[in-house]
This record gives sequence, C-alpha cells and structure tokens, in this order.
Amino acid sequence: MRNRPVNELRLEFDSKSENESFARYAVSAFICPLDPTVGEVADVRTVVSEAVTNCVVHAYREKPGKIYIRVSWDEKRRVTIRVKDKGCGIADLEQSMRPLWTSDKSGERGGMGFTIMDSFTDKLTVKTALGRGTTVTMVKKLS
Amino acid sequence: MEKALCDIKYESGILSVSIDGEIDHHTAKPLREKIDAAIYLYRAPKVVIRMPNVGFMDSAGLGLILGRYAKVSELGGELTVADPEPGAEKILRLAGADKLIRIEKSGEVLK
Repeated sequence: MRNRPVNELRLEFDSKSENESFARYAVSAFICPLDPTVGEVADVRTVVSEAVTNCVVHAYREKPGKIYIRVSWDEKRRVTIRVKDKGCGIADLEQSMRPLWTSDKSGERGGMGFTIMDSFTDKLTVKTALGRGTTVTMVKKLS
Repeated sequence: MEKALCDIKYESGILSVSIDGEIDHHTAKPLREKIDAAIYLYRAPKVVIRMPNVGFMDSAGLGLILGRYAKVSELGGELTVADPEPGAEKILRLAGADKLIRIEKSGEVLK
C-alpha cells in the first residue's frame, strides 16, 4: 500500500536543455527538509537530470514540448519522482534500458541513462506509448 | 545561462584540460568542441582531464569522457581523468569507464 504523501511538488516547464539544471536543482531543493545526505542529494540530482535529458533529446527530439515533474515523499522518507513527457514514446523499451545501449552513432553518449536511474534509486518504473509519451517513476528511500 | 568552462594547457607532451562547472547535455557540446580542437592541435601522448571543480556530472559527462578517450586513443595517446568528485567517479565506475581510463586522485594512481 502506498502511504499518503506528506509533501508534494508539481512542475511544468518547456523541453529545453537549459532547463535540465533547473529541474535537478528544483527537485533537490524541495527534498531539503528531509535532510538528505550529500550522496543522496547527488543521486537525486543525477537521476532527474537523466530523465529530463531523455525528454529533451529523445521524447521531443529537441523540438518544443512540455515536461511534467511530480515529486512527493511519505512518512517513511520514501521520495517518489515522476518525470512525464507527451513526446514520441519508446519503440523498444527493453533495448533502451540495456546498459551501454545508445541510439547515438557518434560515440558521444554513454547509453547509461536508464542504468543510472535504476541503480541510483530503489525502484524505477517506465511506462511508454508510441506517439503518446513516456512516464518515468523513481522511488528513493532516504536514510 | 549556465556554462561549464575549460582551461587548456600544453607542456612537455602533456595536454591538461581543467573543467570548471557542471557537465550535462546542455553544457557538454561547447566543452567537447573546445577539448577536441586542442586534442587535434597538440596530438599529445598524454591527455589529462582534471575534474576537481566539476560539481555535477551525469551521463552526458560520461559520454564526453568516453568520446575523448576514443579520439585520444585513435591518435595513439593516453587519457587520464584526475580528481573526479565522488558523484562523477560513481558514474565512471558504474559504466566501467575506469577499466579503460586511468583515474588519478591527488597525484595518487588508483586504477
């Protein structure tokens, strides 16, 4: 059973690369009252940056669109971060989630986005529909 | 607008690149262009990317380093990453980049 959220933040902003840093700072600032460790803050910043970058680069392919973030935590210090887009969706989710797999041919991307989101949080869920968008939900339990 | 800066120095066969700022998809491209120009100009046997002032790095930073590793190796050189912050080092190790690239900390060779 999911516990009721103690606190909740919702953000909606343009899919632009300069908003990647805004998003990770906004989310990390919001969870500050939980007094997270330096490592936990770094992990949260990283996973938000990965999810938002995926929206900018893959979902909207650098074209205009909106990115929606919802962050909440419950009484057990479980932080839930949901990053949603209404972009193109992921055709082959299994392939996209494979470590080191990248659609990029230039050798400039590591193909580690989903692997980082998965290993820096306690739970990663990805829901996607072609032509409708993708929702990434991550849960991280703070110490 | 937020930017990551890089300071480039060449001396006695060592190309030293000090990055200052945050590396993400937004800041990686100008960094990449500046570092690549220096890699091809000097063709140094040793390239060191110094990262003590990189407060944040995500997979775009990993891509930046792996991409530079490929270019430096192609030219017959060796790439070292010096003094990454714990967050950056965590990503490098998660991707196994530490198996390809030497990571040095404050002069001490770790891997």
